[in-house]
Amino acid sequence: MIYFNNVSKVYNGDGVALDDVTFSVAGGEFVSVVGHSGAGKTTLVKMILAEDRPTTGTVFFESVNIHKLKNGDLTKLRRRIGVVFQDFKLLSNKTAYENVAFAMEAVGKTDEEIAADAPHVLELVDLGNKVFHFPHQMSGGEQQRLAIARAIVNQPELIIADEPTGNLDPINTFEVIQIFKKINDLGTTIILATHNRGVVDSINKRVVTLEKGKIIRDDKEGKYVL
Amino acid sequence: MTNFRRIIKAGFINFRRGGLVSWAAVLIVTITLSVITALMLLQAVLSFSLAQIKDKVDVTIYFNVGAPKDQIMLLQSSLEKLPEVAEVTYTSAEEALALFRARHENDYPTIQALDEIKGNPLGALLNVRAKEVSQYETIANFLKSDNALVLGGEGIIDKVNYYQNKIVIDRLNSIISGGQKLGFLITLILIVISIIITFNTIRLTIFISKEEIGVMRLVGASNMGIRGPFMVEGAIYGVVATLFTLILFWPITRLLEKSMTEFWGLNLYDYYLSNFPQILVLVLLSGTLLGIISSFLATRKYLK
Repeated sequence: MIYFNNVSKVYNGDGVALDDVTFSVAGGEFVSVVGHSGAGKTTLVKMILAEDRPTTGTVFFESVNIHKLKNGDLTKLRRRIGVVFQDFKLLSNKTAYENVAFAMEAVGKTDEEIAADAPHVLELVDLGNKVFHFPHQMSGGEQQRLAIARAIVNQPELIIADEPTGNLDPINTFEVIQIFKKINDLGTTIILATHNRGVVDSINKRVVTLEKGKIIRDDKEGKYVL
Repeated sequence: MTNFRRIIKAGFINFRRGGLVSWAAVLIVTITLSVITALMLLQAVLSFSLAQIKDKVDVTIYFNVGAPKDQIMLLQSSLEKLPEVAEVTYTSAEEALALFRARHENDYPTIQALDEIKGNPLGALLNVRAKEVSQYETIANFLKSDNALVLGGEGIIDKVNYYQNKIVIDRLNSIISGGQKLGFLITLILIVISIIITFNTIRLTIFISKEEIGVMRLVGASNMGIRGPFMVEGAIYGVVATLFTLILFWPITRLLEKSMTEFWGLNLYDYYLSNFPQILVLVLLSGTLLGIISSFLATRKYLK
């Protein structure tokens, strides 16, 4: 599904973020990308979302070179990917319901579909009683669950989560990971960038380890080894 | 259609939830629209007073005593045929004398001297008003030209006061055209400044939403889906500010009514009310277009 071919990224002044990275992710996989801070995890995620361009190399989503896409086509590609971030990146002036509805509107869902699915997905992440709350009225764990609800509501083929548990306590961390596991069991591909050892070890799925922008390990049922 | 409805709805919700930021933007747009309205009224006052001044300028042709009336009438009708002439009024020798007496009724020595002369020492006169102040010279030249001579003008004209008034008329002419140019230039500069300030305020309100725009893009929202609500919000700023501006100018013009009417001769309040539909359309168009275009340009940066 995702193919990185000799991808390098060099930032002016900050040095090498990715160094000749080559790997692929198959459909339905759960891949944890691990490494210390500054290892290149976020850069790798940004490459898939076309938020950043590689200095050299190519990134393919199925047969499409992501960085050759025009603006309109990129928008369409992003509709096939759900994203979850450490800082949640919710729309602060919209309620929980509206945050989810916005993602559905973006892919062209009808009002009826939104009215039927949005409350359902909020129930799924245990936010049924916070439908009309704004993000600032919710706890960190609730905000992250809302971000997940928004990411999964359009049933994307791929979910990318960049340090989704970075701001959460252990209980919320556990809950969020359980949600990801369930989504993966239903067939959605998940790429999880994290430096949380406990999280990675509890998932017990493929682990790609980055160090100084290079892939140093790629274990099928790996643990956090650094 | 669904998208259009959603964009409009989102614009209204954003405006309502924007709170202080929305009202700050409305305030700035109101100031801009007030400047535009004030300048419009000022232009009206300026044109009115210039028209008044222009109206006061005329040229008088004094005829010799005893000049035959039919020759004067001939000259009057040929003057009236000139495209530059707005109006020619004839004052007979008797009327001129009556006017003179009326003007000097408290000036005893003059009246006494007049009485001693016995008879009418004054000739008839023609009062000529041009359409434009700059056209008096053409009219004066006509009186010197062959045409007027053919009509026998040379023999009957005593003097034309254009030549005495020439300096004043020329100066007034340059003041009027300078005043119009200056007024237009000041109006233009002030409007441009106001537009720049408004654009920057709206840009700031959108800058606050910079991160949200990034999130919307990541979620896969189309450019119009992101930009549309901001443009609607900009239009709302314009409409609300138009409302405030027009309400604000009602008491202002009322307050200025008395002093302006006394000083300039123009009733500003009446002018405001009688031209209200035109002012409304102009202010509303300026406000909404300013809001929409500013929002369009401000979001462009974050959608690249």
